[in-house]
Amino acid sequence: MTNSIGEVPLSEGYLVIGSNTTENHPVIGSMIKGQVQNRGKKLIVVDPRQIELSQLADYYFPINPGTNIAILNGFMHVIIKENLYNRQFVEARCEGFEEMAKTLEKYTPEYVANICGIDKPDDIVGAARLMASLKPMALYYSMGITQFVSGVNGVKSTANLQMLLGNMGVEGGGVNPLRGQNNVQGACDMGALPATYPAYQPVASEENREKYEKAWGAKGLSTKPGLTVVEMMNAAHAGDVKALYCMGENPVMSDPNQEHVIEALKNLDLFVVQDIFLTETAQYADVVLPSCSFLEKAGTATNTERRVQPMHHVLKPWPGAKDDWWIIEEIANRMGAGWTYKKPADIFEEIRKVTPSYAGITYGRIEKEAIQWPCPTESHPGTQVLHRESFGRGKGLFTAIEYTPPYEETDSEYPLVLTTGRILQHFHTGTMTRNSRILDETVPEGWVEIHPNDASNFNFGDGEVISVSTRRGSIRIRTRVVERSKPGVIFLPFHFYESCANRLTVDCLDPVCKIPEYKVCSCKVEKISA
Amino acid sequence: MNKIKLTIDGKVVSGYPNQTILEVASDNGIDIPHLCYHPKLSKSGQCRLCVVRVGGKMLKASCTEFAMDGMDVVTEDEGIIAARKLVLGLLLQEGNHNCLYCEANGECELQRYCRMYQMEEPSRQIPFHEREVDYASSNALRRNENVCILCGRCVRACGELQVSNIWGFAERGHRTHLIADDDRRIGESNCVKCGTCVQLCPTGALSFQQVLGRGLNWELSKESSICIYCGVGCKIDFYTNPQGQLVKTMGNDEGPNKGQLCVKGRFGFDFTQSPKRLSKPLVRKDGVLSEVSWKEALDFVAAGLTKIKEEHGPDAIAGLSSAKCTNEENYLMQKFMRAVIGTNNVDHCARL
Repeated sequence: MTNSIGEVPLSEGYLVIGSNTTENHPVIGSMIKGQVQNRGKKLIVVDPRQIELSQLADYYFPINPGTNIAILNGFMHVIIKENLYNRQFVEARCEGFEEMAKTLEKYTPEYVANICGIDKPDDIVGAARLMASLKPMALYYSMGITQFVSGVNGVKSTANLQMLLGNMGVEGGGVNPLRGQNNVQGACDMGALPATYPAYQPVASEENREKYEKAWGAKGLSTKPGLTVVEMMNAAHAGDVKALYCMGENPVMSDPNQEHVIEALKNLDLFVVQDIFLTETAQYADVVLPSCSFLEKAGTATNTERRVQPMHHVLKPWPGAKDDWWIIEEIANRMGAGWTYKKPADIFEEIRKVTPSYAGITYGRIEKEAIQWPCPTESHPGTQVLHRESFGRGKGLFTAIEYTPPYEETDSEYPLVLTTGRILQHFHTGTMTRNSRILDETVPEGWVEIHPNDASNFNFGDGEVISVSTRRGSIRIRTRVVERSKPGVIFLPFHFYESCANRLTVDCLDPVCKIPEYKVCSCKVEKISA
Repeated sequence: MNKIKLTIDGKVVSGYPNQTILEVASDNGIDIPHLCYHPKLSKSGQCRLCVVRVGGKMLKASCTEFAMDGMDVVTEDEGIIAARKLVLGLLLQEGNHNCLYCEANGECELQRYCRMYQMEEPSRQIPFHEREVDYASSNALRRNENVCILCGRCVRACGELQVSNIWGFAERGHRTHLIADDDRRIGESNCVKCGTCVQLCPTGALSFQQVLGRGLNWELSKESSICIYCGVGCKIDFYTNPQGQLVKTMGNDEGPNKGQLCVKGRFGFDFTQSPKRLSKPLVRKDGVLSEVSWKEALDFVAAGLTKIKEEHGPDAIAGLSSAKCTNEENYLMQKFMRAVIGTNNVDHCARL
C-alpha cells in the first residue's frame, strides 16, 4: 500500500476494485464499511460478483471478468473530457499525460459499457464525477486486478487514475493493494523473488552482484534472473529443473492447472518439502521436513501497509519440528556455507545491513513503535505515506494502456466463464483453516456459485452435485444457485482439495510479471446422471 | 483546540472541550467506575454507574456529560457510593450471577465493581425473569442473558466496529433482551463470528465456544504475535493454559487492527495443535515415505542437492520460499538459493 490502514477514516470516499474486502481482508473491510455506513463516506465498487460492499455502494459496476482496464479507462476518459482532473498535480508531479489522454479518447462511456457489460453508460459518467469530487479518494484493489494476463497493465491503470485525480502522496488517498498473505510483503522485500535481491535490487545488475558477493562472502552469484513459480513447474515438467526445495507452500493446490503441476513434481529427481502437515504437495515429496508453525516462531512479518511487526513464541515447538531457518542453515552448512546464525535476531541484523529500506528497523524499536518501511536510519520514524514529495523515479509516469481481452474466450464447447477466489472462513489451500475445527465446521465443503438463469438452462437444482470442466480437467461439486455473478459467469472458491478449483484454471501468464490468469477461463457445466 | 482546566477530586487537570468528564479523568489517570462506556464505542449513558458530583450538587453520568472549563468534579463520596451500590444491586437482582459457572470469572467488570463496593447477595425483592441461555446454536459464540446487564456494548460493537449490525435489543423495560437479526438465535443469524462483541462484553453474557484448552482466567498466560492469514497483519494476544494448550485469542489494540479480528484470526489457530502435525522427518524409501532421523534427512537433502548441482548446474535447482514464513526465514531461503546453490530460481506464492 502507498498509504496506511489507519488512514481509512481520512478518506472522503473509496474505489474498491477487484477486492472482496469484507471476506478477504475483513478487518479493513469493516473499517471501510463503518465509514460508508456510519459516516456517510462515498463508495464505488467494481466487481464481477456482488459482494457485501457492493450492497452499500453509491455506484456498483458488475463488469465482465477481465475488463478492469476498460472501465478504469472509461472513468479517466470522463474525468479528462469534463476537465475534472487535478491539473496542478498532473503538471507538477507527472509525465506522459498527453499520450495517455490520446489513448483514452476512444474509451467513451458507451464503448466501455459495451466491453464491460454495463447496462447504464451514464453511471460511468456519474461515478467519474463522484470520484473527482472526493478529496481524497483511496483506491483499494486485490487479486481481482492482478490475476489476469493483463495484470501488470491493470495495476498501472489504477496508478493512472489516482495520479490523474491527484490522490497520490496525500493522507487518505493512494493506491492500496491488499496483500493476501500475512508476510507476502516481507517475502518480496527479502528478495524471495527470482529477479531481485532484498529491497528489490535487480539481480541482473553487476553492481548489485558485487555488493552481495561482498556482503555474503560468496563468489559467482548469478546475474541471470531466475524462474517464477509457474515457470519452475514448466521447467520441471520439461526436465530442465531437477530438484525443488519447497518451504511452506502447497503448489499442488495453489498453482494453476493441477494435473500439469503433479506431472512436473513427479518428474523431479529430488523434491524436498518443508511443512507442518503432510500436504497435498508433500505426498509427492522425496523428503519431508517437519517445521514449526507460526505460533512456535520468533521473527518479523511485514504487513500490507509495509509495517514490520514482531512475532513471538506463543507455544513450545511441536515435538520433532524445527524452525525453518534452522533447517535451511543445517542444509546450507552441510553444503559448505559455514553460517553461524543462532537465532532469528542474528539473521535480522544481517537483513538490516543489506536491505536499505529496513536499515533503521530494530527488534527493540518494533516492540514499542509501529514502523513502516522505508526506514533508512534508527532515528527515522518510518514512512506512513509513500510518494509525498516525488515518486521513486522522480515524476509519476502515466502509461497509455489499451484494454486487452482475457486469454481464453468462451466458445460453444466451453460456454461459461469460470472465476475463482477466496471465502471468509477459509484461507488459500485450506491447510490451516480446514484443520481448525470451528472454521471447518462452518464451511465443510466447496461449492460452485451459479446464476439461476444458468441453473435453469442446464436444469440444475440448488445443492445438486454437478460436473465443472475446462480444457485442463474436471471436478464434481455442489451448486449454490444464487444471483451474485451475472448469467454466464460461475464462481468457485479454491480452498477445497475434493473440488480443487486449480484442476480447472489456466496456466497462461502475464508477460511481464508472470502472474497466472486465475480469474478467467472458459468452462462447461454438466449434469451428473445418476 | 483550546485546552480547558477543571478540578477533579481537588486536583486541577486539563482536557479538551469535546471530551466528557470520564474521558478527561481517564486521560489524567483517574479511574471512574463504568460499565456501558467503552472508549471505542459511542456513548449511551445507560448504566449510570459512572455518576459523579458536579459543582457540589448534581449527580451526572460522567460518560456523557461534557467537561467544561472551571468545572468542579468529585468522583466519589457517600452519596455517589450509595448511588453506585443501588445500580449494582439492581443489576444483581435482575440477573442470576454465579461466578462459579461463568467464563468471565476473574476478568468480569461487574464482579470487579461488586468487590470494590462490597456488594452482598441480592434480596430478590424484584421478580426474577429467566432470560435466554443459548450455548448451542452457534459453534463460535455462547450467550447467557441471565448474566447480561443490558449495557449494549455488544450491540454498538457489532454496529460500529464490525459493522455487521447483528445484535439488537427487543422489547422494553424488564422484558428488554438481546436478539440477533430479526429475533433469531445467534447461530441462525448472519453473524460472521468475528467475536468483537465477546471481546467487549463486560460480563460473561457472551463468551467463546471452547476451541482447544480451558483454564481459569487468572492462570492463563498471554503472548502477542501476528495473525498468519491475510496481509492486514492483525496483532493478536494468544492465551494459553498452564498445560500449554491454546485457550482463546483477543485482538490487540496496538496492531493495525486496533483490537478487531475476523473469524479466522479469532478461531483459526487450533491447527497448530492438531494431531495431524508432522513430527518426524520422512524420506521416500522403496516408494514409501518413511520416518528417519533429522541427521539422515538433512544429510540426504544436502547430498542430493550437491549431486544435482554438480551434474546439471545450479539452474537445475529451484526453491519455493513462503509468504507464511518470517522475514528472517525468507531472507535465508533466498540467500541459500543464491549464495549456496548459485541460482536465482527462488520465488514464492506472491502471485497465487
